[in-house]
Order: sequence, then C-alpha cells, then structure tokens
Amino acid sequence: MSRATQSRWGLRFLGLGYIAVLLIAPLILLFYKTFEDGLAAPFEAITSADGLHALKLTLLTVAIAVPLNTIFGVLCSLLLVRHKWKGNWLIDAAINLPFAISPVVIGLSLFLLYGRQGWLEPGLAEAGIKILFSTPGIILACIFVSVPFVVRETVPVLQEIGTEQEQAAETLGANAWQTFWRVTLPAIRWGVAYGVVLTTARVLGEFGAVSVVSGNISGETQTLPLFVEKNYENFNLPGAFGAAVLLALLALVVLMAMNLLKRKEAA
Amino acid sequence: MGISVEGANKCFGDFQALDDVSIEVPDGSLTALLGPSGSGKSTLLRAIAGLETLDTGRVLIDGEDVSKKPTQKREVGFVFQHYAAFKHMTVYENVGFGLKIRKWKKDKVRARVDELLNLVQLPGLADRYPSQLSGGQRQRMALARALAVQPQVLLLDEPFGALDAKVRKDLRTWLRNLHEEMNVTTIFVTHDQEEAMDVAGQLVVMNQGRVEQSGSAADLYDKPANEFVMSFVGEVNRLGDDFVRPHDIEIVRDRDDSTAEAMVQRIVALGFEIRVELVLGDGTEVWAQLTRSELQRLELREGQIAYLRPVHAKSFNGSAPSNPLGPRLPKGPRTVATRR
Amino acid sequence: MEAHAAKSPVAPPRARQLRLPGVGAGLGRGVVVLYLSLFVLLPLAALLDNSLSEGIGHFWSQVSSGQAKRSLELILVCSLIVVAINAVFGTIVAWLLVRDNFPGKSIVNAIIDLPFALPTIVASLILIQLWGNKSPVGIDIALTRTAIVVALCFVTLPFVVRAVQPLLIEMDREMEEAAASLGAGGFTIFRRIIFPNLLPGLAAGVALAFARALGEYGSVLLFAGGKPDTQVASIFIGQQIETGNEVGASAVSIVLLAMALVCLLIITLIQRWGSRHERSQVNLAANPVITGAAPQGGDERE
Repeated sequence: MSRATQSRWGLRFLGLGYIAVLLIAPLILLFYKTFEDGLAAPFEAITSADGLHALKLTLLTVAIAVPLNTIFGVLCSLLLVRHKWKGNWLIDAAINLPFAISPVVIGLSLFLLYGRQGWLEPGLAEAGIKILFSTPGIILACIFVSVPFVVRETVPVLQEIGTEQEQAAETLGANAWQTFWRVTLPAIRWGVAYGVVLTTARVLGEFGAVSVVSGNISGETQTLPLFVEKNYENFNLPGAFGAAVLLALLALVVLMAMNLLKRKEAA
Repeated sequence: MGISVEGANKCFGDFQALDDVSIEVPDGSLTALLGPSGSGKSTLLRAIAGLETLDTGRVLIDGEDVSKKPTQKREVGFVFQHYAAFKHMTVYENVGFGLKIRKWKKDKVRARVDELLNLVQLPGLADRYPSQLSGGQRQRMALARALAVQPQVLLLDEPFGALDAKVRKDLRTWLRNLHEEMNVTTIFVTHDQEEAMDVAGQLVVMNQGRVEQSGSAADLYDKPANEFVMSFVGEVNRLGDDFVRPHDIEIVRDRDDSTAEAMVQRIVALGFEIRVELVLGDGTEVWAQLTRSELQRLELREGQIAYLRPVHAKSFNGSAPSNPLGPRLPKGPRTVATRR
Repeated sequence: MEAHAAKSPVAPPRARQLRLPGVGAGLGRGVVVLYLSLFVLLPLAALLDNSLSEGIGHFWSQVSSGQAKRSLELILVCSLIVVAINAVFGTIVAWLLVRDNFPGKSIVNAIIDLPFALPTIVASLILIQLWGNKSPVGIDIALTRTAIVVALCFVTLPFVVRAVQPLLIEMDREMEEAAASLGAGGFTIFRRIIFPNLLPGLAAGVALAFARALGEYGSVLLFAGGKPDTQVASIFIGQQIETGNEVGASAVSIVLLAMALVCLLIITLIQRWGSRHERSQVNLAANPVITGAAPQGGDERE
C-alpha cells in the first residue's frame, strides 16, 4: 500500500469513525430502545392526553413563530441588502445575538421582563394578560431563539442574484409588489425555504428557553421536548422514548428537507 | 535535458485521453504541444510532470525513466493556465516557496528571488499579494516561481490562455527571449496555432489523444501529414477530397481550362490582407487571400463573376491532386446561382 | 500593510434603491427595529437591568461566588476542548466529503446536520442511553465531565464541517499541484497551502461552535447532570432560577453572554487577518505606486 493510500484509509477511519460513534450509533440505539418491547407502550404514551396536548402545543408554537419570523426575515433581508443605511450593521448584530446567547439566558430574560417584578408586569396584570407560564411566553421564547435563521439564509442569496432582474422588471412596467412577487421572491425562494426549515427545526425542539418560561405543567404548558424531560425524570421511559422518537423522526424529515433544498438552491 | 515519452496511454473512465503517444523533445529545445481541446495535450504535459500517472508507457527525462517518480522528485518547473498563485502568500513567498522546501538559507533565498523578479520584470513587487497583480504579472510570477528551483525542464500548460490578446502577444516574445537566455528544455501547451508557430521551434500536433505530426512550423505548414494537420495548422478551403490554402487560390479575369467560375460574394479588407469570399457553381463556399495591390489590379467587386485557379492543392486519400476545381465543374459558361 | 485596506476614494456606483413592496424603506426599517426591540432587545435589557439591580458589588459577588465561578470556568475549559476536537475531526470529515469517494457519502453528508435538526433534549436522552449506566458497550461516562465534552461535541460538530466544506470545494487544486511540482510533500502541502486557505472558514466555524458550546443547556442536562463538579454555567443559571436567586442567575448570564461576544469578536479579527490577501483591485488602483508600476492591459480569467 502506498503512503497516499495509507493516509487516505487513516483519514477515513478517523472521520467516519467519529461520525459513526458520535452521531449514528446513538440514533440507532434510540430507535432500538424505543421499540425493543414493541410499539404499544411508546404509542400509548404519545397518544395519552398529556402527550397529545404537548404535540398540539408544539405545533401551535410552530404555526405562530415560524410565519412571523419568516415575514420578518424576508423584510429584514431586503432592507439589509437592498437599502444601504448607516444603522444596518446594528440590525445585523442584533439579529445574530440569539446565536451567542444560551437558551436558558433567553428564557431568563423573558422571565425577568414579564415576571413578577418585570417592567411590563403592572400593565399586563391590569389588562389580565398572562404571558409567563402560559402559551404566549412559550411562543415568545421560540420567536427569540429562531430570529436569525431566515435572515442568515436569505441575505447571501439576495446578494448573489443582484438587482438586474428587478431593474429589468421595472423597465417592463412592473410595480414594486409585482416585482417582489414575480421576480425577487421566486429567485430567493429556496434560500428562504431553507431558513424556514431551520426555523421550524429550532422551534420544534427548543428546550432551554421554553423550560424557563413555561413552568412545565403537564397538559397545560408542556411542549414535546419538555414532555420528554418530564417523563424521563419521572422514570416513565416509554413516554420519554416515544416522544423522543417522534421528535427524532421530525428531525429526519427536516434533514431530508434541508438536503432537498440545498440541491434546489445549487441548481 | 531531453525528454521522451514512449507508448503513453491514459484513460479517464471510458475517455481515452492518450492513445499510444510517443514524442521526442531534444535537449534545450522549445517545443509546443498543439491541438484542440480534448486532444490530450494537457494530459501529456501533466504526465511528464508526474501530475497524472500513465496507464501504460514511460516518461524519460535525460534518458532516465521517471515514470515511477512522484512529481516532487522530477525537478520540473510547471506553469498553470490560471497561474495557481499561492494567494495567501506574497510574491516573494511564492517565488521562494520551492527554495524554502529545499531548506535554502534565508539570505540565499532573498538573493535568488530578487534575481528572478528582475528576470521576469517584476522588481519592487515582492511584498504584494497575487490579488494585487494583473493577470500578466501573476503569470510572470508563476514563471519565476517555477524557475527559482532551477528545474531540468520547464512545462507550461496554456500559459497565456487566460490573458487578453495584447498581453498575450507581449508575453510570447518575452518567453521566446527568456528561453534563449536560460536555455532550459521547455514544452508548452496551446490550442492557438499562431502562438505555437510564433514561439516554438518544434511543434507536436495532437488530436483525439494521438500525435498527428511533429516537426518545424514550416514542415507542418508545407508538408502536412494529413487532413487534420493541414486544416488545424493554417487556414484551408476544402473542395471535395482536396485542400487548398486561401493564398494558393489565384483569381484571374479570363477563363481557361484550368479555372473554375465563381461569384464574388464579399470582399473584406483586413488592412494589407484582403479576404475574398466566393461561391462555386455547386454552392461550395471558398475564400481567397489577396494583397491590396492584387485586388486593385483585378478590380473585383461584390456580385461579379471571377475565375479561380488553385496553385497548390493537397489530397490525403492517395490520388495525386490535379486540378481540384476543374473536373467538378460543368464546362462552358453558366450563371452562378446567387445566394442572397 | 493596512494602508491598502483603507477605503477607496473612488466611491462605488450607488446601489439602486428599490422600493419595498407596499411599504417604504423607512416604514420597513421601523417594523424591523420594532420587532427586534420587542422580541430580542427588550428582554435582554431587562436581564442586564436585573443583574445590576442590587449594585455592581452584588453583581460581582454573585459572579465570583464559588459555584458560579466554577461553573463558568468549567464551561470555558470544556468548550475549548470541544472546539479543538471538532476543529480537527470536522476538518477531516469535510475533507472526506469533498475530496474522497466512498459508498454512502451522500448519507454521511446529510447526517452531518443531524445535531442542527435534533432537539437537544433528545440528544441528551440518546447519549445517556449509549454512554450511560445501561451502555451496550459498557462505557459509563454519564454525569461526568467527559459527558459534557461528548454532548458538546455532538451539538457543535456541524459548525466546523459546514464552514470548511465550501472553502475546500472552491479551493484551486492547481495550487496544490504547483506546490508538488516545487518539491513539497503531502504534509507540507497541507500545512503551507491548504491549511492557510481553510483558516478563515475554520475560524468562523470554530467561533460559532464555541458560542454554541458556551450556552448549551438541553444536551448536557440529562447526560452530564447538575452535580457540583459537572455543573456548567447554563445549568447553574437554571438552578438559580429555580431557587429564586434571579439576580445571581442574571449576573452569570451577563458574563456568559459577554464571553460569547468577546469570542465572536476575536474570531472576526482572526478571520480578517487570515484573509488579508483578499484585497480588492479597486483599492490598489488608488495607490499611485502600484498603478505606475502596473503594465497596461487587463487579464481576468474566463
């Protein structure tokens, strides 16, 4: 064996071994553990009242947080790329903040803002609005953690397509809305879609921030990730595994969507 | 150091890039590998450098079989079409790279790099990064980098391919002068026949992985071995099985047995040279190359009927070429169909 | 050297200002700023305010208290180790995905993103199955500091791979061939040619991985737990919230946040240094010395 071949096999052993031990083995074991005693127990756990409620609440947060952050993300990208402004760097920095902040810290800041001695507490209490330990708090946490994704994926695509197509559309008489819907959006759609997928994945699986603001009350403020934790701590392993497998399956769907979109974007 | 390649074969998948290629490059010569893209010329050059391994066949440098030697040990200087500048290094670090690998002392490196930067006319640019140079400067830096290690042979892969026409012409002359000065055996690859004839003493014409012919520029032009070489090296008109160079077509005003009738379609003045495009009776389009004074003497105009006489014609299918135009045309006056 | 990077006196042509559909740029900007303020900046302001609500002295005593300090030190050290491991293995994996061919490559390429897609609490759960007291391979590292490192390796793997991969794809292979023709061996080519060109991407990936590792919560929660000697900063913050010490929690949060920001800043500087050779031709044209020395005629490949 030549030295080049030797080092090639060495690198393969290291790289693929690392992936196998770190990523693949745990994933296979999760599915094995969940189903080793049959499908009944994990299925029952997910379809229990608490399980179904956790699933519904998770889907609700996705249904609210993802569209909001998508619209914000596209608008923000257009401003950052197409409209030079002195304050753009500040907006850009603020968008990246959630990447640098621990989910628990995000949860804590919401907890402090809307909590007992929070700035907004007097007004909210008077209006009878409850944010902490209820659904709005969970949604706010999910919006916070997933703000950057659509912007980060859309900005480079927008920069790459340039303005020529938009200018061409304008010379052909298209107004701003028509240009946006017929030229800009179709050109950036795969980038936006990729951002949406990442946002969805993050909202689906958010744990740290949500655990601080939700109170983790079964059947009320419990999302699927919280359901996993609670069941694990209560030694209800089938429940924990059932929900974990459900989330893992969703993660695999997300992975497939990411790969599909990457290919579309490259094409 | 002479270079020879013996019976080289190389396949990429089911594409045969080299098909039993043998060439002989004399010591100290400047040789061009000429051919269209996909002809295998770059693959051959890369095989000589050791950047490709041959399926079968041998590469000899100075009589020594180097086929098994890695690139690092072949002591060749290689210049790439797109410069392959180390973009994270300054010009100085680029040129000194090979010397550092050879563990030269710092002051010796400095002296050698300075000498080379003068040679390639880039003095004072040592601290620039490649992104700060023009294309021509980058290519000269790449050449200096290849020459720094005093290679046994210098290999250039389409060295001027990425440059614009003007810079290209300057560098050609410069390369020829440099070769005379350094006298190192040099092979360069090009698809531009004019460039090859201008720079090289010896040409090797390649097509579809095979060597079609090698020899001096005059040999190839005057005695092409086959149809491909004739049409690739210089301009040519094809008339059935026969080939005539445009400057070998004589235009006369009076008809006789050796002439063919044609209609002048277009006259293009390219400075001193005049290009006359004509259509024969059977619809074949030919063009003839005239000088300005010839055109004035003939008083040709577009749309007019003229008579052609081929001076030299070549045929590669065995039969002796006679008059390629005559027999194919019906005798007697007739009108040439206008095509416009 | 930095003089060249200075702004060119020749202003680039002004980008055409396209109207935003429906709203003007001013209104759009207002919406964006309001959205960010309401959902991101306002909560963070409340956090900062709370951490200092009992004075800077109290802030400092909270941060430097035994357990708080230990948890910050622990996550810092663990993050450094993890980033080093993933810098090496992430580069190897990226290399395999770009330069090698092996069966199942596209599956490996897809599964790299798994930690991005998988909820962290699920990661924690499955890691404890594989490396806990019921480990099928008999390795029990749960509730140890090693578990912290393993969990962080898991969640930060994609950052380095995905940052290095595009640079490897775009890298000019001829640079490596040129180095080989000049006598450089495999290792020298990697060290002198490939590595310097990967550095900007590697730095970016490492920065993101480091920031992520510093704040990671879910994946370490079940697997490494909250014992005093395995308590990282985020877990410490979580516990302080539960016990009602909000000021202590927010003080440590501010320090953690500051560490992440400083690291991002440092890496940005490294990146800028690593790509110092990528100076534009426009800037050069402004320099009379260079303009004078340059021969006429452009170039530009393709």
